[in-house]
Amino acid sequence: MRALRLGRWLRTAPGAARGAGEGRLPLRVPPARAVPTAPVVSPAWVPPRPAWQDGQQRPAPQQKVTVEVLDHLENLALVDFRDAEGVERLQKAVQFADQLHEVNTDGVEPMDSVLEDRCLYLREDDVTEGNCTNELLKNAREKVEEYFVAPPGNIPLPKLEERDTFLQGF
Amino acid sequence: MDKVLFLFQNTVLNRRCVEAAVMTGLALNCSINKKSLFDRKHYFYADLPAGYQITQQRVPIAVNGSLSYSLCIDNKMSQMVTKTVRIKQIQLEQDSGKSLHDDTRSQTLVDLNRAGVGLMEVVMEPDMCCGEEAAAAVRELQLILQTLGSSQAVMAEGQLRVDANVSVHHPGEPYGVRTEVKNINSIRFLAKAVDYEIQRQIEELENGGTILNETRAFDSKLGCTVPMRDKEGKQDYRFMPEPNLPPLILYDAKSLPANLNHQQVVNIDWIHERLPDLPSVKRAKLVEQYGILPEHSFTLLNEDGLTEFFENVVKQTQMKPKKVIGWILKDLLSYLKQHSLTVKESPVSSFLLADLLNLLEKKEISSTAAKQVLAELWKGEEKTPLEIVKEKKLELIQDQKELEQICQAVIDGQENEVMAIKAGNRKVLNKLIGLVQRETQGRSNPVLVKQLLEKKLSQ
Repeated sequence: MRALRLGRWLRTAPGAARGAGEGRLPLRVPPARAVPTAPVVSPAWVPPRPAWQDGQQRPAPQQKVTVEVLDHLENLALVDFRDAEGVERLQKAVQFADQLHEVNTDGVEPMDSVLEDRCLYLREDDVTEGNCTNELLKNAREKVEEYFVAPPGNIPLPKLEERDTFLQGF
Repeated sequence: MDKVLFLFQNTVLNRRCVEAAVMTGLALNCSINKKSLFDRKHYFYADLPAGYQITQQRVPIAVNGSLSYSLCIDNKMSQMVTKTVRIKQIQLEQDSGKSLHDDTRSQTLVDLNRAGVGLMEVVMEPDMCCGEEAAAAVRELQLILQTLGSSQAVMAEGQLRVDANVSVHHPGEPYGVRTEVKNINSIRFLAKAVDYEIQRQIEELENGGTILNETRAFDSKLGCTVPMRDKEGKQDYRFMPEPNLPPLILYDAKSLPANLNHQQVVNIDWIHERLPDLPSVKRAKLVEQYGILPEHSFTLLNEDGLTEFFENVVKQTQMKPKKVIGWILKDLLSYLKQHSLTVKESPVSSFLLADLLNLLEKKEISSTAAKQVLAELWKGEEKTPLEIVKEKKLELIQDQKELEQICQAVIDGQENEVMAIKAGNRKVLNKLIGLVQRETQGRSNPVLVKQLLEKKLSQ
């Protein structure tokens, strides 16, 4: 029931999260029903909209995403940030997620999942489906007998300096 | 665990996986976590369609165990030492697919049949210091898994897979950088791979080089390890709590809830009470019950079905188990090894061997003759030992007079030897016994022959 306790904390003491931090943002609470000028405490704990918008006071970017981090992410996820706009989008996403650091979680045990107070369902060791090899192999672009054909192991991305990427001039 | 590929249905844990893991944990003296958690480990590889593997990184199902194993020093069965390796943890995971690398066509064939199936990973602490130790520990683990029924544990089939982490360091210094060796598909290769890797690292360091934290593959044809190009560099698995799976809860007699569906309850105490005898206990019982040597009990358990074969023979013969074991290990086993047969495939059943040993025990044939009969029995011609004895005229000469005459003839023909014996060289007597044996084509009882010869020589 830690979610509930955290919720209560959010409702009763939103200011506590700010502490002495000047540039920090108060947790915005959605207006109840259609009363635009009188924000009241809502039982919804997750704001329906992002807590800051362009033009508003926002937390200063914690850290600029370095080229090393970008390179690492491109390698891990095999994505291409492509251009300055892509990097900007990532920067914003990081900044948005960084707001979570605004919440004071001292002494609060982390919650992995809202299911954490349930216990895992176990199924019996009975076969309930199968014999669908052909059906599944339809997903294969290329196959040999009953095998999916893949490239010979992972081909790592070339090193940054050998890669034709926008990041080189970053 | 089961997962319908590509449909990304929710993963559901199979109850049998949990029971097998708890059993194994108990057999390896682990503490079982009554609440364990699942995590996602992310990596890209063709054998992992989901892009992540569900595993137990933070709170696995069992922790802090130990495994005792024995190995012989200098390959001498009579010099065995017992060692212990600590078990760090046992975790439940989803298996990946199986990859076959086709180098000539430069492609990988992926078999996804086992992808998503439950897998139990046993993590050992760095307590082993050579290939032989690793091999002996894994062999013992394999026997335990087979005894528990938690795995058939055939390495060549991939039912038991071993990744060996190897590092070297000077005594008193911290562990060196480790490499992980994969692609080891037999226990013999495990010993080879570990020893090769230890030697390679020592040479590398002594030549002023450094060891990279890398994944290497064992090449069984070349007997060496090579870097796996596609797994180079440090992995970043981006572990995160698995959002779809709540914690796995286990119960014991005390915490057992009254109103929970029993199919959802895994009771640690119930499993504990039903653990079968583990190999170490079985060996101790064999030694105690039959008076055989400890090293013989190892050999009996090492071959699938050999213990049962031995016990069946003992049941059906008057021969003492201590003597039976010699026939089992020296004759039966070496024959099977020579012909690459399993105990189940033996052309001689425990019943036939017992029959033969009974003839020997009743002194109807000599042990030389018994070996001849056994040689006939291997042919698998469905003849009984007695039939073979009759056919080949291998019965011991029961007629004392006949035997005396043969002894006398040997003595008369060997004047020099007789002189030597009379002068006090008793060893020469064995030569005369041998001659009598040859004369009777092995059909004489050497003890009786010895007595007759001694009697005649003292006259």
